[in-house]
Amino acid sequence: MKVVTINKISLKSRILTYLRNPLSLFMLISVIIAVIITVSVLLFIVLYIIINGIPYLKPSLFSFVYNSTNVSVFPAIATTIYMVLLSLLFSAPIGILCAVYLVEYAKRGNKLVKYIRITTETLSGIPSIVYGLFGLLFFVTFLKMGFSILAGSLTLSIMILPLIIRATEEALKSVPDIYREGSFGLGATRLRTVFIIVLPSAIPGILAGIILSIGRIVGETAALIYTAGTVAKIPENLGNSARTLSVHMYSLSSEGLHTNEAYATAVVLLITVLLINFLANFIANRFKRGKNNAG
Amino acid sequence: MLRGSEILKKKIIEKFSTAIFFICALASIISVLLICIFMFAGGIPAMGKIGIFNFLFGREWKPSDIPPLYGILPMIVGSLYVTAGAIIIGVPIGILTAIFMAKFCEKRIYKFLKPIIELLAGIPSIVYGFFGLVVLVPIIRKNFGGSGNSVLTASILLGIMILPTIISISEAALRAVPSSFYEGALALGATHERSVFNVVLPAAKSGVLASVVLGVGRAIGETMAVIMVAGNQARIPNDIFSGVRTLTANIVIEMGYAAELHRGALIATGVVLFVFILLINISFHFITNRKEAM
Repeated sequence: MKVVTINKISLKSRILTYLRNPLSLFMLISVIIAVIITVSVLLFIVLYIIINGIPYLKPSLFSFVYNSTNVSVFPAIATTIYMVLLSLLFSAPIGILCAVYLVEYAKRGNKLVKYIRITTETLSGIPSIVYGLFGLLFFVTFLKMGFSILAGSLTLSIMILPLIIRATEEALKSVPDIYREGSFGLGATRLRTVFIIVLPSAIPGILAGIILSIGRIVGETAALIYTAGTVAKIPENLGNSARTLSVHMYSLSSEGLHTNEAYATAVVLLITVLLINFLANFIANRFKRGKNNAG
Repeated sequence: MLRGSEILKKKIIEKFSTAIFFICALASIISVLLICIFMFAGGIPAMGKIGIFNFLFGREWKPSDIPPLYGILPMIVGSLYVTAGAIIIGVPIGILTAIFMAKFCEKRIYKFLKPIIELLAGIPSIVYGFFGLVVLVPIIRKNFGGSGNSVLTASILLGIMILPTIISISEAALRAVPSSFYEGALALGATHERSVFNVVLPAAKSGVLASVVLGVGRAIGETMAVIMVAGNQARIPNDIFSGVRTLTANIVIEMGYAAELHRGALIATGVVLFVFILLINISFHFITNRKEAM
């Protein structure tokens, strides 16, 4: 059978419509221009930094010891990894359990849940420099931790808390109720249901949230300068001051002596962020596909 | 059959775990309270010592003078200028891009655009700042004279940085408009463009407004990128080509060597910023809640 499309407009009639409605044509053009600007700005930033930075990615840049001639990024990379692990160690369990409470335990219309939502929203809006000041006042000065990766990671763990809570909440909400009812029906307690049934099926969503918060930690500067400090050595213990990649890059570019190394560091940062975004998307997509199959 | 003691044990475990979940759930409330307490306790005494009026409306910031002057009006004005500039540059482009993504593009193009917007959100602010320093500053210097570190440079950079916020929230708002609105407009003979701009966009206006409010929050709180391109002179700028210092920049630049009252004044600067952000959050909350009520 021949399929007839009734609302198909030929190119000629489309052009005629636009000529009759110059305003529509103007709207179309402005929308297209805006998209071209957005896309080209991003491509320009990424390509400019990568093309200018890659020639400076020399092996000496990754040597184990930092000194003023090689300006190695290795200590900064090590510190960044420490910082990510420590912050997640503090924040991930608390964030996930908080979301479990919100989704699985709290009753509907609970006043407290409302306050938790409002404060989580507030936390996600606070600028990183305010976190930095708070970390300086509370962890560094009040709790006498000094400039240390411990103080830095505690500050960051508060900063990423809303991200983890929200991602986990979304993931838990998308677990079908049948799973829970089945589990209860078999006589499992609420606790068992949460840990054996609900959380495992929500893992991809939670993981995507955690990966995004890794991206946030890697890119953070303002919250760390006055909590973790700027020492360019591999930290030996939690009480040492050390700089992450982003702080390292800030020091390099504000000193103005090592622009080439700053380019190279920017490349390392950008590629890390690209990988993190790709990974988060990949996991979230697999999650979606899995859900469609199940449904 | 379960024995009584086993049931009791289960009940205790159940109660205990609920308590742990509950304590974790309080984490964000406790954090916000701690942040409020320590920020206000750190900043308010200095504000009192300087005098609130002198602090907020003083036009001179000279911490090393004798007697030192701590007026943050130049920084407040600076933050407002660069934020306004970012809004002027970022909002039209952002909203138009969101319209394209929600109503104009095919699935194929969307699959390419969406990750790009997410990546734009993921680039660290220090990398944006570096880009501004090595690309935007020389361009402005060459074309408009001066040092190139200016209100304009900071506005352009911030305008780029708030794009993802505006695009993703506006796009969601546009998609949430029932398709009957659009179809009704088409049926009345409007073109695709007019239906989108005159019917769908007005219907999504509270969501679009919310995206702008969040963009303002992001721009006013941005620190590292602004420091690297704004010039950081602590005086009220004469025009858009002169240097400017924002509230955030003031804190980062001087905190390293500040002591006593100077340090208090910087924390108080943070308090002013914090209050700005709280006001923005409240208005965001208000806008989105009104939308739900509708």
